[in-house]
Amino acid sequence: MNFAVLQFPASNCDQDAIHAARLLGHSARYIWHKENSLGDADVVIVPGGFSYGDYLRCGAIARFSPVMQAVKQFADNGGLVLGVCNGFQVLAEAGLLPGALVRNRDLQFHCEHIFLKPATTDSPFTNKIPAGKILRIPIAHGEGCYFADEETLAKLKANNQILWQYCDATGNLTDTANPNGSLLNIAGVCNERRNVAGLMPHPERACEPLLASDDGKLIFESIFAALEKKSAAKAA
Amino acid sequence: MKAKIIITPKKAVVDPQGKTVQGALEQMGYKGVTGVHVGKYIEIDLAPGTDPAAAQRALNDAAHKFLSNPIIEDYKLEIE
Repeated sequence: MNFAVLQFPASNCDQDAIHAARLLGHSARYIWHKENSLGDADVVIVPGGFSYGDYLRCGAIARFSPVMQAVKQFADNGGLVLGVCNGFQVLAEAGLLPGALVRNRDLQFHCEHIFLKPATTDSPFTNKIPAGKILRIPIAHGEGCYFADEETLAKLKANNQILWQYCDATGNLTDTANPNGSLLNIAGVCNERRNVAGLMPHPERACEPLLASDDGKLIFESIFAALEKKSAAKAA
Repeated sequence: MKAKIIITPKKAVVDPQGKTVQGALEQMGYKGVTGVHVGKYIEIDLAPGTDPAAAQRALNDAAHKFLSNPIIEDYKLEIE
């Protein structure tokens, strides 16, 4: 599978995303934010970092970069897009994902491992996560508090668009397990069509046992499985 | 000619910065403060001779699409 990893000025988790994709046996290349084409990408990763210095609002300027036109087109055609951390913020600002990310409720930057409960396995990003499996994944953010109005939250619940929630080691969605104050402990969501997703934690930093957890692999494996299913369906 | 835009967090969004500043004001002895909301102020310089009505329309558009995020913020625009 071909991964396209976007690079905005001050993205800094692009290399980790490329490394994770290649480690798992797939090809991956960088796409500079000024490019107008995603080439033959099968999946686009919008990586973490501090694009444009987080000026104005996180992701507010990156969302207008030329490459985002191609990403929107790719997403409209059903292509898979995954935003990680700042990438989630960019996709939310671009309106490709619902809601917004605001400053952590304790005003502190959180750099730590958290537990994630997949709220559903019915998505191209969670289909390979075994039922009941709690993922241990690192976070590193100061503005990861997920907000959406009541109407949007109701829609997310009704459409099963909440993909991951912060939980404790046994899977309980407690307030103490919530590092940033996100509503409903939401760590990640997908769009209505389920082909675009975003999450604040960094699965690309949890693909090797050396890095304390390789649970992040399950998210990438879900993407591969979804892409394989798609190409099998096309061939049929 | 200048455009002045004040951007404030929506009431529904938790404003920990506002709460922290409120706490500090109370600690410093300022009485009677019942709320603090921290927002943003943006000043945009416009070329002389710009049509104010056209500027109002264009900047409203910019404020809605870019300078503020309508999901979490409200804005007020003034041209002078």
